[in-house]
Amino acid sequence: MRPSQVVPKIVVALAVLFAILYVAVIAQQSPVTGGGGWRTTTFGSAINDPGSFLRVLLDSITFAGALFIVASGFALIFGLMRVVNMAHGSFYLLGGYIAYEIQQTMTGQGFSIPSSEVNTWDWLVPLLVAVPCIAVVGLVTQQAFLRWNQGQELRQALITIAISVIIADQIIAHFPRSVSTGAQRLGGNAVDLTWPGWTDRLVDLHVWGVYYSLARLVMLAIGLAIGIGLWLWLYRTKTGMVIRAGVDDQKMTAALGINIQRTFAISFVVGSALAGLGSVVWASQGNIASGQDAQWLLNSLVVVIVGGMGSIFGAAAGAILYAFVLDFSGSYLPTAGADCCTQYSPIFTFILIALVLAFRPRGLFGRDG
Amino acid sequence: MNGYWSHQIFLQTFLFGIAAASLIFLSAYGGMVSLAQTALFGIAGVIIGNLATKGGAGGTSKGLHLGWDPTVALVVAVVMTTVIGLIFGAVAARSAGIYFLMITLTFSVIATYTLGQVTNISGFSGIGGISSYTPGWIGDVLAHPDRLYYVALAVAAAVYVLIRYIVRTPFGLSLQGVRDDPVRMASLGYHVPLHRTLAFGFAAFIASLGGILYVWWSGQISPGNVDLPETINLLIMAVIGGLFRIEGAWLGAFVFIVIQNYVRDFSVPGLGFGGTLFGGSFNTIVGIIFLVIVLASPGGLMGAWDRIVAEIARRRGLMRTADESAAGAGN
Repeated sequence: MRPSQVVPKIVVALAVLFAILYVAVIAQQSPVTGGGGWRTTTFGSAINDPGSFLRVLLDSITFAGALFIVASGFALIFGLMRVVNMAHGSFYLLGGYIAYEIQQTMTGQGFSIPSSEVNTWDWLVPLLVAVPCIAVVGLVTQQAFLRWNQGQELRQALITIAISVIIADQIIAHFPRSVSTGAQRLGGNAVDLTWPGWTDRLVDLHVWGVYYSLARLVMLAIGLAIGIGLWLWLYRTKTGMVIRAGVDDQKMTAALGINIQRTFAISFVVGSALAGLGSVVWASQGNIASGQDAQWLLNSLVVVIVGGMGSIFGAAAGAILYAFVLDFSGSYLPTAGADCCTQYSPIFTFILIALVLAFRPRGLFGRDG
Repeated sequence: MNGYWSHQIFLQTFLFGIAAASLIFLSAYGGMVSLAQTALFGIAGVIIGNLATKGGAGGTSKGLHLGWDPTVALVVAVVMTTVIGLIFGAVAARSAGIYFLMITLTFSVIATYTLGQVTNISGFSGIGGISSYTPGWIGDVLAHPDRLYYVALAVAAAVYVLIRYIVRTPFGLSLQGVRDDPVRMASLGYHVPLHRTLAFGFAAFIASLGGILYVWWSGQISPGNVDLPETINLLIMAVIGGLFRIEGAWLGAFVFIVIQNYVRDFSVPGLGFGGTLFGGSFNTIVGIIFLVIVLASPGGLMGAWDRIVAEIARRRGLMRTADESAAGAGN
């Protein structure tokens, strides 16, 4: 390799190594009196404060679980049909609000329900209603708008953008509906989905004195289950085999006499359903509000750009890397000075994308074609 | 001219048209649809807001408030935005087509979050009062908006002429070659990613001009000016006008601004609610118009116009040959 190829790689490797060492040993906790230098962070290094490190690590892994659910749907649609579904974020938002309405109707509490009032059924039924709703929305979108212009990628992207604009505006006009008296109805304002009551406790991990939220661990478990389910579907069933073949070579697959249109419809439906599922899971952890459609479209895009499109391993790898960068830059950037440095965490997402694209323009696990 | 039309409708048409022209330049001549133009537009506004306004850091509006001379601030803002555009371009240049669209969209949303979170330079509420710090040759925008109007008109005309000129230079021609067949251009020895990066930098330069005019006109810049809905609005302007013709930039901006101004209070029964902060069902209406245009005429209004003109020319040609053959047969 020529020096001009080796030098950037060495520089990047050194920078990444420095970042890892910073988190591991170099960082220091802020002194009691305040102030501090470039080494001062909120938690201190991993050696000094392993509990906080473990907590941030678990936060990022559990967030990666939710990211994976949503982004794998996006990657599936993009990988097979080469459709950038810009409405993926709107599907996410719609799923969350539908689930909220169902949960409100079932428990009748209004606005924020304490988790003790929510049993597993009160959480599952909204999930089981919202996800098929979004699947139907996805099916209608695909059949009406995306079936007849395959291959025109730009046009399809523009169409899905138009649909996302319309859906997002309609959500603002019609949701949330079931709120307690006095709270603001409609307008897409923020509302909470609530986990079942039994998840609302901290689990003793028996390591470094860390207690961690069971709800987040459940979220991770759901993400893992989805990952395993997707892998089984794509690698052990006939439909999955057709999808993988279509990802590799669409025209050849169709030429072999396989009903590629049916496969497209199925994958779009599954991809949209995953957006709805991810929404219910993450909205239970946080909330659902207008504006999150942009956020989750960005999340899906970053995961697919970093991980590469068309493979679940890519989606998983992209989700983990992105979650790590987000959570660790949010927690371990220096805090010296009034507003310093954790506020720059979005820039690290950009750096992640730039680095991945510089060395692998198709993403880590992306394939040419 | 009626003040409302010139100061509201046409001024916005000029400055958003400039931003849309940067998008259409890239799509028509570079084959790249960039969704980062709004971000660059806003970044230029934020930079000049930070540099030109006075008052020291913090205060009622965030920002550095360095109090530089406005003309110097203008030059620095344009240069810095162009450099940022070159960096964005360098990251995205090796990806084509739909991947490029995705990557530029992530730039746009990341820029929104950066502007929202980094309170040193902007923060959630952004920077205000910028229209008090315009260069002397523009003067007080609130007292005499006419000067800004004429400056915007001149800049828009200059941008149009500049783009038409650039696409005929060797750089412009090789850029169009990169658009049409990057593999062949690479085999001929052209550095394809470099061409794309430079084109992106040029588009950033143009977008920065629009952004600076914008903050002089509106007086403020905040993350809400560069978020996803605003990015999509700029794309809608470009698509309505026509993604493949530069004239479409100002045509699309004009149509969009007119709709925005006159539909805001309009409420379609059953679809939304009118007269509120969210502008009623304006977004739904504009989304539907956008959808219809993409479905019916991907070249936008200019594309439809071109098709009509070509059809008329074709029919005239047919009639002419019919006349000639009739005349010839009569001889």
